[in-house]
Amino acid sequence: MGLRGSTAIIGAFDTKVGKIPERSATALCVDAALGAIRDAGLILADVDGLVTCNSMAQPYMYHAEAVAEYLGIRPRYCATAAAGGGATFTVMYQAALAIDAGICDTVVIAMADSLRTGLSREAAMIMQSSSGHPQYETPYGATVPGYYALIAQAYLRAYGAKPEHFASVAVSGRAHAVLNPAAEMQKTITVEDVLASRLIADPLRLLDCSLVSDGGAAVVLTRADRATHQPHKPVYLLGAGEGRGHEHISQASSLIHSSARQSGERAFSMARLNPADVDFAQVYDCFTPVALIEMEDLGLCGEGEAGDFFLRGDGAPGGRLPINTHGGLLSHSHPGNPGSMFALTESVRQLRGGLGVRQVKDANVGLVHAQGGILSSHCTVVLGTEVVL
Amino acid sequence: MSDGASPAKPLPPVDPGSHAYWEACNSGRLLLQRCAACGHRQHYHRVVCTVCGAGTLEDLPASGRGTVRSFTVIRRAVSAAFETDVPYVVALIELAEGPTMMSNIIGSSHEQVAIGSPVELDFERRSETINIPQFRLLE
Repeated sequence: MGLRGSTAIIGAFDTKVGKIPERSATALCVDAALGAIRDAGLILADVDGLVTCNSMAQPYMYHAEAVAEYLGIRPRYCATAAAGGGATFTVMYQAALAIDAGICDTVVIAMADSLRTGLSREAAMIMQSSSGHPQYETPYGATVPGYYALIAQAYLRAYGAKPEHFASVAVSGRAHAVLNPAAEMQKTITVEDVLASRLIADPLRLLDCSLVSDGGAAVVLTRADRATHQPHKPVYLLGAGEGRGHEHISQASSLIHSSARQSGERAFSMARLNPADVDFAQVYDCFTPVALIEMEDLGLCGEGEAGDFFLRGDGAPGGRLPINTHGGLLSHSHPGNPGSMFALTESVRQLRGGLGVRQVKDANVGLVHAQGGILSSHCTVVLGTEVVL
Repeated sequence: MSDGASPAKPLPPVDPGSHAYWEACNSGRLLLQRCAACGHRQHYHRVVCTVCGAGTLEDLPASGRGTVRSFTVIRRAVSAAFETDVPYVVALIELAEGPTMMSNIIGSSHEQVAIGSPVELDFERRSETINIPQFRLLE
């Protein structure tokens, strides 16, 4: 049997994103959890599993346990994700395993943070750059954009790519965001706009970098046999896979390939599907070149071809394979570790259907990918409707 | 900082496993490790070979030569301590012995740095006991 199709997402909810100074990070996490439970047609008492990720603005030593206490629930299964963006789907994978093994029935996965208003700019910079190795990297003063710029520079060199290729990822994401009223960024941009924005860490410019936001999102995952009589049609977890290379970028065996290759192969193998079966994909676009490398490693584009894919508009609304249909981390929001949750909730909505102007046509298979560290830890998830079950 | 001194750049938190590495840096030498069992060379100091798993690692003095594997120019400093350095170069250096390490490239304009540029080892003294390995473009 295996995990394929044994669990389904029946609830999804996003809080507002952007600047939300009136809500603490904990309150945003709780808002997201309650919203997803309501969307699933359940009440708090129906939930017997809780997964969160820690907050930078309002951390707890044991975050999920603290949120359970705040909610007044006593879950049988409780876990805090602790490996950056990639862990978002790793913990969902693990929650699915827990459900499949009979440890619990219904898990709410809720993540939120207040990077924008809950931390000073200096504190946010230092917090994020602490991903560097404390002895062998941090002394050299790189920022997070700086670490990713090392990848960007290598990509330009390896494929003879141009900054226009990076820029086209931001342009494509923005085109989706403009169709999504929930996205932070609502103004169309061009490749020229990206290339005219200021350099942050060469060759990355301001508009190659994702946002810094407040906000949170949650999903409710349950056993497939419990998923069919709820308000929304279930979105099945068909495949999941993880891959890890290095933790610190100076230890990376490659700067232009990642363990997204392995995570993608493993997820497709479990789903018994191929990259050609995917109707839309949400990849981790913390910086524009990351989306290119992931598209290639996941088999959605040929090697060195992802830049032209975006430049042609193939990932834009109505394109051959719409990418980051909510606007992504570049244009929807990026509250840090919870960032990928919005790609997940968006995928659920796309597979439920009825999104109007931004609905991907005949969407039955969606891929969601997240990574954490500096292109370090990867998790790929393949979701689908009943049609592909 | 109330005396107006500029904030200090970060010092590596030396641990028992890295003590030999940083002690060598302090006297102007860069150490790699060589596995006595399989010959693999690695940076940074560990108690295990990342290829064969053996615990028999020997210090290997690096020649100090290498090339730029990738680099970036930081335009927005990570913290106040680096603000006067902007723009500064952060690079991945592929050492002649094989392993890669992170460094700054000091002593030249960032416009002169390219992937593949040959570099040589230098040091930046940051405290009485900490001497940070740095690289310069080879003329």
